[in-house]
Amino acid sequence: MKSVEILFVCFILIFCSVQSNAQKKVDIVKFDWYKNIRASQNDTTYVINFWATWCMPCLHELPEFEKLTEAYKNKKVKVILVSLDFYKKLNITVIPYLEKTRIQAEVVLLNEPDYNAWIDKVDKKWEGSIPATVIFNNQKNFYHFMENETTFTELEKLINSIK
Amino acid sequence: MKTYSLFVLILLAFNFYSFAQTENKGYKVNDEAIDFSLKNIDGKMVSLKDYKDAKGIILIFTCNHCPFSKAYEDRIIALHHMYAAKGFPVVAINSNDAIAYPEDSYENMMERAADKHFPFAYLHDETQEYAKLYGAVKTPHVFILKKVKDQFKVAYIGAIDDNSNEPELVKKKYAENALNALLAGHEVKPNFTKAVGCSIKWKS
Repeated sequence: MKSVEILFVCFILIFCSVQSNAQKKVDIVKFDWYKNIRASQNDTTYVINFWATWCMPCLHELPEFEKLTEAYKNKKVKVILVSLDFYKKLNITVIPYLEKTRIQAEVVLLNEPDYNAWIDKVDKKWEGSIPATVIFNNQKNFYHFMENETTFTELEKLINSIK
Repeated sequence: MKTYSLFVLILLAFNFYSFAQTENKGYKVNDEAIDFSLKNIDGKMVSLKDYKDAKGIILIFTCNHCPFSKAYEDRIIALHHMYAAKGFPVVAINSNDAIAYPEDSYENMMERAADKHFPFAYLHDETQEYAKLYGAVKTPHVFILKKVKDQFKVAYIGAIDDNSNEPELVKKKYAENALNALLAGHEVKPNFTKAVGCSIKWKS
């Protein structure tokens, strides 16, 4: 009986550790987070994609960013997926989706419901639809904004154009 | 030098690319809004000119499937109840491609309108012509039109308010402020706001 109990406890422990390993960490951030990253003075090329789990074209596009994350993991390229989901949906919708699809890229959830207050601060051209992507390298004076679905090939082309 | 000129060329190319993309983006405030004839959920055709006694129209591009549209449904109904009697009824238009989003088909529009007892016209822009003409890119996307003589002029473009998911935390009621200003004969400020929404799915 006792050994069965020990086995059970072991099983629970293993199960919990596996669970915690799989738990994707997603910080809830405010717009200052973006402002700081956008101002960072280093030689990293940031690829920042605005998406949400309710946005079908965004989900369709996520594998392209995953491919980029994998292909450039040893280079000075940082892919960050900025979820615009409702912050109360983080544990209900966002994290389960990220775990199911095994997303490797860094993910944050931007909780700023008054979109009108910050959309123009990302880019005046942005009309508010997603997916939208900002690519920049401040040291190389590179900046590019796009308000449409993109591909790995297009992203790679942009990154390779940075001289 | 060679790399420098290449860099300039690339910059120019990107500038041109983004310029080409932002061209012809629909209406701006003060533009004259074109009339349409679109099928309502009751099968009848509806045009702006049918609203003979209106002072204007709260035209809202919306749809069935989008969580933002759903989150705003009750607030859109409330807007109609608040402002129709004052001369600004709501007219909702769904321009989404029903092949991409079957939930946005004409049949499902009828069903949704019946379930929610929409007190306003819910029109089907099947060819997507009017979303393109107006420059609607997402749902919900509001265009408040003001009647000037026999024409409708765009008085406000943008969001309904500043919090889609938590109506109880709304601080800025952008659309209501615009309507109140119009009714009082004041300048609409702001007359343009931006919001995140579901992109209107264009037919391929």
